[in-house]
Order: sequence, then structure tokens, then C-alpha cells
Amino acid sequence: MTDQQPALRLEGIVKTFPGVRALDNVSFAVMPGEVHALMGENGAGKSTSMKVLGGIYQPDEGTIYVGEKPTVMHSPLDAKAKGIVFIHQELSLAEELSVAENIYLGELPKKRFGLVDWDTLYARTDKILEKLKVSFNAKTRVGDLSIANQQMVEIARALTVDAKAVFFDEPTASLTDAEKVVLFEVIADLQKQGVGIVYISHRMEEIFKITDRISVLRDGQYRGTLNTRETNEEEVTQLMIGRKLDLSRSALTHEVGDVALEVRGLSCGDLYRDVDFEVRRGEVLGFYGLVGAGRTEIAETLFGLRDPSAGKILMDGQEVRIHSPADAIARGISLVPEDRKGQGLVLGMNCRDNMTLPQVDDLKAGPFVAEGAEVSIFDQYRDKLDIRTPGWKQTVGNLSGGNQQKIVIGKWLSMHPSVLIVDEPTRGIDVGSKSEIHNLLRELASQGYAVIVISSEMPEVLHVADRIVAMFNGRVMRTFTSEEVTEDNLIQAISGLSGDGQAA
Amino acid sequence: MSKQEIGSFLAKQGILIAFAVFMIGFTLANSRFLDPDNVMGVIRSSAILGVMALGVTFVVISGNLDLSVGSMMSFSTIVVLDLHDKIGPALAIPAMFAMTLCLGAFIGFLVGYLKLNSLIVTLGMLSAIHGLTLTYSGGQNMDIADKEGTWFSVFGQGDALGIPVPILIFLGLAAFLGIMLSKTPFGRKVYAVGGNGTAATFSGIRRARVVFMCYLMSSFCVATAGLIQASRSLGSQNTVGQGLELEVLAAIILGGASLLGGSGTIFKTVIGVLILGFIQNGLLLVGLQFYVQYVVTWVIIILAVWLDIAAKRGRLWSPIA
Repeated sequence: MTDQQPALRLEGIVKTFPGVRALDNVSFAVMPGEVHALMGENGAGKSTSMKVLGGIYQPDEGTIYVGEKPTVMHSPLDAKAKGIVFIHQELSLAEELSVAENIYLGELPKKRFGLVDWDTLYARTDKILEKLKVSFNAKTRVGDLSIANQQMVEIARALTVDAKAVFFDEPTASLTDAEKVVLFEVIADLQKQGVGIVYISHRMEEIFKITDRISVLRDGQYRGTLNTRETNEEEVTQLMIGRKLDLSRSALTHEVGDVALEVRGLSCGDLYRDVDFEVRRGEVLGFYGLVGAGRTEIAETLFGLRDPSAGKILMDGQEVRIHSPADAIARGISLVPEDRKGQGLVLGMNCRDNMTLPQVDDLKAGPFVAEGAEVSIFDQYRDKLDIRTPGWKQTVGNLSGGNQQKIVIGKWLSMHPSVLIVDEPTRGIDVGSKSEIHNLLRELASQGYAVIVISSEMPEVLHVADRIVAMFNGRVMRTFTSEEVTEDNLIQAISGLSGDGQAA
Repeated sequence: MSKQEIGSFLAKQGILIAFAVFMIGFTLANSRFLDPDNVMGVIRSSAILGVMALGVTFVVISGNLDLSVGSMMSFSTIVVLDLHDKIGPALAIPAMFAMTLCLGAFIGFLVGYLKLNSLIVTLGMLSAIHGLTLTYSGGQNMDIADKEGTWFSVFGQGDALGIPVPILIFLGLAAFLGIMLSKTPFGRKVYAVGGNGTAATFSGIRRARVVFMCYLMSSFCVATAGLIQASRSLGSQNTVGQGLELEVLAAIILGGASLLGGSGTIFKTVIGVLILGFIQNGLLLVGLQFYVQYVVTWVIIILAVWLDIAAKRGRLWSPIA
């Protein structure tokens, strides 16, 4: 590979914004036919690099080479025309239009009088779809496709040009395991055709599974490139965060108390059925399963967002009925939701106001909000959770993902809940903050909170949970203790291959 | 300052700069513009619009619209004038407030609890309330029989400490509602619901109730505006509030609130109301026809929306939203 010409090369790219040096002399090269991981914590410069390559930003210094030619990317369209294609984390498709129209949007083939040449359009599209081995056709309405298939449409769109380099930005964030397999096959195909792939992800297992080389950015600086086969997670992490990371299993080191929350025969239509579990003070109960297994829906029921169709919820042995989040909060149940930006935070509000939002009615001095009390609550949890922000007046939307998540966690801890439910605690959060949040969850349990953690990442549940509820297709398949659980039996349980509940 | 910083400064302060340019221009064109009598006159004539804008500010911050305030104000005015002669002003005023609040509660129920789109609901109510007013009045103008002998004129025509009562009501209500919005738990919840309604729900806030209260607040302000209007003229057409809903929105946007909700303050709305008042007054003083202000109001709204978006993205134009 060494004497080959890179498909795409950055050389000494510098990009500054008022007060920030977002990219500081970044250089790396993608060879044709290689899968190259670009890694770094949030804010390390990955997105800025992509925007420079995509023609959204112009670099202050440095050169982009496509093949051996120094190139200036004038606009996103220009970048695409030059063979640099991006598959974004957030999809940008028109749901009401067909697959074919989405793929050729802006460049639809035309007949006389400017009418769309539908025959050519569908024929071309079907040819591309064939390569991707997908189950839908050119005429399918995009809104009817699953997220994974919508992503395939984005990829198909990339294939309409003679792509030199394709960037995948967190492509597996919302995919099921089966869908991931298909995606990886597509990537392997592209690779065979000699396309250079840049793969951006926080998920180490994927990085080590599919990439050839790994380039690491930290604080806008290029930190080096490693051959995937010759390195390990530890080395990469250390390069990314500049220190070592503890990923070992945590052992239960404290006493587990009495049952805080008990669920018996809980059902909610088709979403989940006959769910039984209990969580004790001082333990972390993990919920693991595929997307759609019913985990989030159970959390939503406990938090009063969905009414159950059968079964009961008991707190401290007493049956309770919860019809709204306000009911749940009053009973001491808190939910850190899975969609941090959509459900957890008011992004335009400041840190303090976000944190005290659930108790704003209780923090009163006369008819007014007791702002002094709010500030002291904020200060207390900022210190406790090590939230890095210039001050409480900072708008939450300006914080990094990890710090935003800590604001949400702080918001609920300051309510002193008896049960804390955390749905996907580290989604979209960089490795360094991830382990901080894991440690925090462990520590909360040791302080006597009953913690429920819902996660799609196996290392995460294995790392933080004392017991793990494995779910498949709306049913609890098995509850593991930390002694019983192995990666194998857990995977079997969530695939419906074993356990006492039988899949429908 | 770099080029980018200058651009973002211009975008952020654009409205104030444009306002300053207008003010200087008007003053040069007509020396009466900054005359204390003229200034007081502008504030006084802005009071009715201002009072309505205070209430709608709550609605807008909560992430909704209220296009019904113009015809609702006509309704309040007609009702209170009619009842004045039938049951006396002391009973007419609370009766009118109660009826207007019922309309607000109805809208609040539809938008808050039934979660219907506020644009559709209030656009429909604009027309429906207009019909209600015409039905009530039989299409006739409403006049108080004894215009000389009623104390009812105090709200629109009176003075206290040398300041016209409408101005006192406007500024007093602004102070009260400003504090409510910025200092009380209710105010905080209005911002949360408008900023991210889902997150507000996930924080245990009863979103429907907050939206409902905002519309109640809006109708209370409309009733107050109707009271001033009725008291000032002691007689009225059925269409007295027509078109005010757009001027109210213009003032709120000029103040810098986002129509998407979650931002804005009472103080900014007051500034927006005054800017609009001075510009309209200035246009009259330089000799333009009254009708020109309909056009100008819309030019101003569009300019304000553009600058608002430009301030957010830091430049005046961008290929991506």
C-alpha cells in the first residue's frame, strides 16, 4: 500500500474561529480501498475536518489533495462532484419522495419541456440498489423505510458519483445488530471497488472489526495514525484522551438494601408483556436488548408517559398508579431519557434553569423563584458531577455531550429520587466522559440509590450493572446476576435463543 | 474586529441600528418629531397595541401564536360599551372581562389540551369572534348614550400625575407581567415549554396547563386593551381591532422574540411596541399617507425576521439554513 497514491490527503490544515483553534495543523491520508477510522473526543476536530473537506468551511492554512491534485472545495456540491461524499449521522432525506427522487434530487434526468424522465430515473436507481442488495426498490416512499434502509438510500446517493472517498459519520448509531452486518458488507464492497472509506465512530468494537488504520485527533491536533491490527483499545483511548481508562468489570463492594421498585406482570399492548423485575436500593439493574425489545417503553411506563394495559407497579411494597411524569416525580422516580437533546434538555436555557426545572415550583421565595437556592443547587451538583462549564449562565446547547448528560443526571439527583432510570446513559458521548458517567452510576448505587440502566451497548451493561434483565421482543427472557452472565449467554438471551420466556 | 465579527454585530443589533437611522432621519425631516408632546402622543397611542402585545408575548414564548387578539379586542370593546348603558360601568367591566377570558380559555383548551395547531385555531377564532361580535351588535356601531356624564372615560382619557392613564396601565401591566415572566416559577415554565415542550414534559411540567394559562393571560390583556379603547372613544365600530393581531406580532418580533418559542422578554416587547409606534408616527409626520403604514409594518416584520435568523447563524446569508 505504501507506494500507492492516497485517495484523499489533508496537509497541515488550520482552521480558526474567534477564540478557538478548531484545527491545528491536521494531516492525514486515506488510501484507496482502505477503511480509515477517524477518532477523537467530541470537540477534537472531527466535524470541523469534515466541514473543511465538504466545502462548508474554507481552511485558513493547509492543502487538500484529491489524488495528487491540490484541490479547493468551494461548496458541498463541489466536494461531491470531486468525489468526496458524506454519509451523515443525521439523515437528510425527503420522506414524502421516492427512493429514486431522493437519490437524484437536484439532478433528476429530464425529457423535453423539462419533464422528469421517470423511466431513466428508475432504471438508474435500480441499478445502484442492486449493488447494495437492498429489499426495497426505486419507487418506495422513503418515509416507509426503516432508519437502516434510509441510510442505504444515503449510501446509494453517494454511489451516483465516482466516489474517491466516502465519510461515514457514526453510521451505526441507530442500527440494529442485523442492520449493522449489512452496512459492513456494503462498506467492504466499496472497499473492494477501491474507494477510500473514512469511518467515524465512538464504538471501539466496530473500529477494531472493520478498519485498517486509525487516525486520532485531540484538541484540534493530529495525534498520530495507528495500524488497527497492531494496536489495541487501550492505546487508542490513551491517544484520544491523553490518559489511561479503566474498563474492567466493577465488583459490588457495598451492601444492597431493600426493594425500592417492583414490577409484576406489567404489559403494554404489543410493546411488552408480562414483565417482572425488582430493583433494590444500592444496586444497578441493567436492561439489555435490541432496539425495539421494549426496554424504553417500560421506562416510559414507569415515568408516567405510557399507561400500562395490565400488571402493577409497587414502590416500597405499596401499589402505585402513575399517570404522568409529575406523578412519577412525586413518587421519587426519575428518568434520564434516551434522547438527551430532544427530551432531556431545553437547549436554549442556561445550565442552572435546566437543572432545577423539575423543582421550580418548590424553590420559592414568596411568589418568586428562589434564584439563590437554584445557584447553590447548581454549584453543588457541578462540583459533585464535575460538570465543566464556565458558569451557570452558560447556555446548555453550548456544552459538550458528556457535560450535557451530567446536567440531566444532576437535574434528577437534585430531586433525591428513590429510583433513577437512565436510558442509554452514554449515547453519542466520547470515551473519556463515558467512563466518568459509568463511574458515577456505580457511585450512585453505592450511595443507596436504586439505579436502572438501559443500554444497547453490551460492554456498558456488563461494566455497570449488578444484575442484567435480558429482553427480546417485548419479553423478559432471563435475569442474570453478574456471576452468571457471559457475553455468549447474554447474546443468546436477547436474540430469543434461550431463557424461560418463549418468543412469539 | 474581524469582518465576521462586524457582520454578526450588525445582525444582532440590526434592529436598533435601523431604528436609530429612522429616528435621525425623521428628526431631520420634521423637527416636531422629538417634541415632548409628540413623544407622549406616540406612547399614548401605542398603549392599546402595547397592552395586547404583553399578553401575546406569553403565548409566543410558549411556542404558539395568537392571531385572534384583534377581533377579540373588537369584541371586548363592543361588549363593554353595550353593557355600559344596560347594567352600568361598574358591572359592565367585570362582565366584559369574564366573557373575554372565556374566549381565551376556549382557545387555551383547544391549543393546550387538545394540542391543535395554534395558527389554525387562532386564525379560525379571528373569524369566529368577528362573527360573534357582529351577531352581538347586530352589525351596528355601539355608542354610549351619555358621553359627558360617565366616569367610564377615565381609562382612556384620564390623567394621573400628569401622565395619561392608558400609559400608566400599559407600563404598570408591563412591570407586573415582566416580573411574572422573569421571576416566577410560572414564567420559567413558559420558557421551558416554548424552548422544548418534550423536555418540559419529561421534567414533570404540565405543558397543557402552561399553554392554557398563556392564552388566558393573552385574553386578559385583550380585555384590558378593549377597556382602554372603549373608554377613549365611548363609541365604536365592530372592526376597531381589525389588523391589530399583525401589528402585535410585528412589535413582538421587532423586540427580538423568536416565533419558534422559548425566547423573548416583556421588556423587549415594550421596546418593539415603541419602535413600531415611532416609525408609524414618523411616516405620518414626513407626510406619507396613513395607509402606507400597512406596507411598512410588513416590511419591518420581514426585515426583523431576516435579521433574527442572520444573528443566529452569524451572517446575513448562508447556503445552509
